[in-house]
Formats: sequence, structure tokens, C-alpha cells
Amino acid sequence: MEINDETVDKLAFLARLEFSAEEKPAIRQDLSRIITWIDKLNELDTSNVEPLIYMSNEVNVLRKDEVNNSVSHEDALVNAPKKDSDYFRVPKVLDK
Amino acid sequence: MVKEYINNPKIGLYPISFSPCFFASLPPYGIMQDVYDKYELIVGLEVHAQLLTQSKAYSADSAEYGGNPNTHTSPTSLGLPGALPVMNEKTLEYAILLGLALKCDIRYENQFARKNYFYADLPKGYQITQDKTPICNNGYVIIKDDNGKDKKIELERIHVEEDAGKSMHDQDPYDTLIDLNRAGVPLVEIVSKPDIRTSKEAYNYLTEIRKIVRHLEICDGNMEEGSLRCDANISVRLKGATTYGKRVEVKNMNSMRHVQKAIEHEMKRQIDCVERGETIVQETRNFDAATGTTSAMRSKESAHDYRYFPEPDLPPIFITQEKIAEIKSTMPPLPDELFRKYTQELKLPEYDAYILTDNKYEALYFEEIIQHTTNVKAASNWMMVHIKSYLNENGLDIKRFEVKPTTIADMIALIDSGKVSSSAAQQIFVEIVKNPTADPLTIAQQLNLIQESDSSAIEPLVDEVLAKFPAKVMEYKEGKKGLLGMFMGEVMKASGGKADPKVATEILKKKLDV
Repeated sequence: MEINDETVDKLAFLARLEFSAEEKPAIRQDLSRIITWIDKLNELDTSNVEPLIYMSNEVNVLRKDEVNNSVSHEDALVNAPKKDSDYFRVPKVLDK
Repeated sequence: MVKEYINNPKIGLYPISFSPCFFASLPPYGIMQDVYDKYELIVGLEVHAQLLTQSKAYSADSAEYGGNPNTHTSPTSLGLPGALPVMNEKTLEYAILLGLALKCDIRYENQFARKNYFYADLPKGYQITQDKTPICNNGYVIIKDDNGKDKKIELERIHVEEDAGKSMHDQDPYDTLIDLNRAGVPLVEIVSKPDIRTSKEAYNYLTEIRKIVRHLEICDGNMEEGSLRCDANISVRLKGATTYGKRVEVKNMNSMRHVQKAIEHEMKRQIDCVERGETIVQETRNFDAATGTTSAMRSKESAHDYRYFPEPDLPPIFITQEKIAEIKSTMPPLPDELFRKYTQELKLPEYDAYILTDNKYEALYFEEIIQHTTNVKAASNWMMVHIKSYLNENGLDIKRFEVKPTTIADMIALIDSGKVSSSAAQQIFVEIVKNPTADPLTIAQQLNLIQESDSSAIEPLVDEVLAKFPAKVMEYKEGKKGLLGMFMGEVMKASGGKADPKVATEILKKKLDV
């Protein structure tokens, strides 16, 4: 599969990453290599193979509707790079 | 650029690639009502309902509304690495209950999917939802159309998902504040087919959905607080056209009136657009409640690519027929079933049936009264008039109304047997609400309200009155039948207000009409 700059830009946007013009060729090459490698799977006929989604055979794993707040307010905020006594703080999302 | 042409009746064939930006700022010049009448509105609604579970959809932190910021969290709702979701069984039960109430097919094999997007109030970076295997398909809601006739709005699907946290953009000049209490609260999304044709139908559809979720007690149905939310997919087309126009999604409407207004505005905007020879841009628009208009959200926000893929952390869930039967057995009688019962079986007026089924507990109260009386119209009047106004005046919920339905049935029996008049019954009611365990008959006796319906006691009074007014009796016999009321008044006066008016009238007529 051909990886062009447009694809790189789109993936970068979706992943919220930023690449400089100098970085792009290398990224493009890496992505191409990865895709080519994955493309190897196309050599196999998987038309009769169910996709493997789950790593175990468990089904119907359910929980009773009971409250157990396992994280305190303090612990919830402990790793936040920016916070106040109540909230997580992030750069403004909307321009006013 | 590929040039498409649309056939515009005013302008003729027009190359679309030229038009959009060029004319966008022009007012809808000279478009008259009959032009609007050529078009048909097509609306499909997506309703999100927050489920009233104790804990969240995929983790055990509290799902309660309110609470201090960031006090209802868990590793899962915080999106901490390695945290695993576990399905809340109540979430599924509520979704199934709703599906059954809306006559949907319930899916046997349920899988979950990740919907990926980055936003600060979604710490995991994806929402766990159902993509290809919604728990419910098909089904329908019966609403009233603009002429008051029943109309079926079919459903596409209902699926289970989770809410995001809350972002506050206007509390601080530099930062957005994030509260994750709501992150992971269970939602069902109810997606209608594009069967809605007017803004009033949309309003009626939402009213009906709200009534049902409240009746099932799975959602409190509060649009202002956001526990019930609605997005509208809106398009227009020339009447008689068989394909749909480009649709626009409108968000951010937080009352049912807003939904109605947004649809009306959007319909006009799109018709104006088409009439000017422009194409409708498929986009997401934001409703502004202050102006009643919609505006395009920035393209970045609407350029979504969610990259759905199966959620490997939640094993599939199989819903058996036994489970469905079990949930069905817990289903309360539904408003539309009760409505049909009241109008068709009990022959109550539609208005009564509408009021009686509006609130589940009031309906259940009424159901209990009619277990103990056959006079259903009287029971309906007691509900609609005396009980409802008492509840309203005192700001009470019927759940906290202490008078037993059997007591109301007893009062109806007292009136029907002629022991008390209906105005006396109101006096008894006033006493009963003060003392809910009292017996209506005892109160009637204490207040001296038992009316005389024994004709042998009333007859002498009638004779007395007729003897007192011989001239009036003559006039009556000569045809002045209106005097009956005056005689009645005199008989009632003579009895101290306790004569049964029905019996008294009969005796009077018998004596006068010989």
C-alpha cells in the first residue's frame, strides 16, 4: 500500500501527533514497511476463518449493579499534570 | 472538480461547484410560502438516555448525578493503563426492558466496540459502544401526527454505550475544567428511522420516548439536566421525490422546544439554500438557543474518523429467551396499553386516558381504585380533579399520598348509593387527607353529611313545600316548568340540605305532574 504525505497527515491528526517536514519521509518509510509486513497476511486465504477478537473463551461476564468507588478524589487527580482542588485542567478546548 | 448539476425550478440547471460560497450570504430573496410548501421535511432522531443504574456501565464507581467533581471514578473510568471494563448487568437489563417496551427484536449475541476519538473528557481515548451488534433492532413508537392521528415511527436500533465526562469551558479564562463523574455512566442510544415529517411530530416523538423511559423507571428523562439528549438528522426534498436529500446533523438542543425550533429553522435554511441553487453541505451544526438558529461547527470537529473495532476487553454477551422472558415479567403496564384499556375497555374519554397515563404511579393508583369500584368515570374524576389538585397544591408526588385507593372507592360508593352528595364528598375528602386512615362513612356521620334518600322521609317535606306555595303550584301546572328548581330549593332548605336531590326531584315531579 502506498503511503503518501496525505495519509501521514491524516494519521498524525487522528493520533494528535505532529511531524515536521523533515520527519515525514522517515515516518512514511516506516509506515510503508509496517504495512508491507502486515500485507503478508494476505497470502493466506482467511475467508473461512472467524476473526479472533477475544483472548479467552469466557462469555457473559457480568457484574452486579453495586457501587464501589475504588479511587478517592485525591487519587483520581494525583497524576494530572495540571489540576486544582476539584478538577483536571486542560488547555482550553473551545475558542470563545 | 466533478461538476454536478441540480435541477432548480427557478434558476434552471446550475453547476454546483460554483454556487455554495458564492451565494451563501444572500438572503432568501423572494421565496414565498408556496415555495416552502413544495418541499417535504425528513427527520430522524438520535436520543441518548442516561440509565438510572447505581454504578457505571463498565465499572463499579457511582453513576449518581451531581456529587463533588471527580469523586465518582475508578481506574476504568479514569482510563488508567491496564484497567479492565466489566459489564454492569443492570445496564443490559434496562436496555432489554426498553427494547421490549418499544417492540424491538432483542439480539442474542452482543459484542462491544471501541469508538476512537481524542477529547479531554474521554480519558480512555475511546468510547465503549455497540457498533455492528446493537442490542435492539426494529421496533417502533406510536405518536400523534399534526392532525392528532396515530402514526408509527419505526426504530433503526437501540444500543448500549457510555457517557463521557463533563467539560466546562467557561469557568476559567485559560483552562477547560474536567469532571469525570459522568464518564462511564450507562446510556442507551435510540435511533429512529427518518420517519418524522414535521417539527411537531419530532416533539411528540420525544414526549413519547420520555414518557416510556420514565414509566419504565430506567431514565429520569430530564432534557435540561442532560439525562435525555437528542440529536436531529434533518433533510428536505421536493414532495414526491423518492430519494433523500443530503442530511445535516444538529446538536446541542436541550429542551423539546429547542428540538422543534431547530428543526423549523433548519428546514427553512435548507429550502432557501436549495432555492438559491446551492447544495446542502453534509455537516454537523450547532443549535443556538438564544437566536433559534443553527451554525456550522468547525470542520475539524465534524471531520470524524472513529475507526471502530471490536472491544477485546469485554467478552461477548448472549441474551437467552429465558432472560428476555424474565425481564418481560417485570415490565409494568405501558402507557399506550393503559391508554387503550381506558378508552376501549373502560370507555373513558381520550382526555381522561391521556391524563391518567401521564404518570406511572398515578396510573397505578387509578388501577387500584377501579379494582374496588365499577364506576370508572367517577374514579377518573376523583383522580383528575380532587387528587391531582390536592397533589399540585401541596407539591406532593402520588407516591407520598397516604389516602388508600380503597378509601377513594369507598367514597365513590357513598355517593353512588345516595348516602352523601358529591359536594359533601369533597368535604369528606378534605378530612380524609388530614387523617388518611379514617373511614369516609364515619366522617360523613360525624360531619352530619349523610343525606336523606328515604322517600318516606322526604315526601312529607315535599307536601309541606307544595302546601306553602299554592299559587306557584298553579303556575307550574299551567306550564311554568322552570319553577321546579325553586321547589327543589325549598325542599332542600326544609331538609337542612340533607335530602338526596335525585329522590327529592322524583317525588316533586310525581306530585306536580299528576
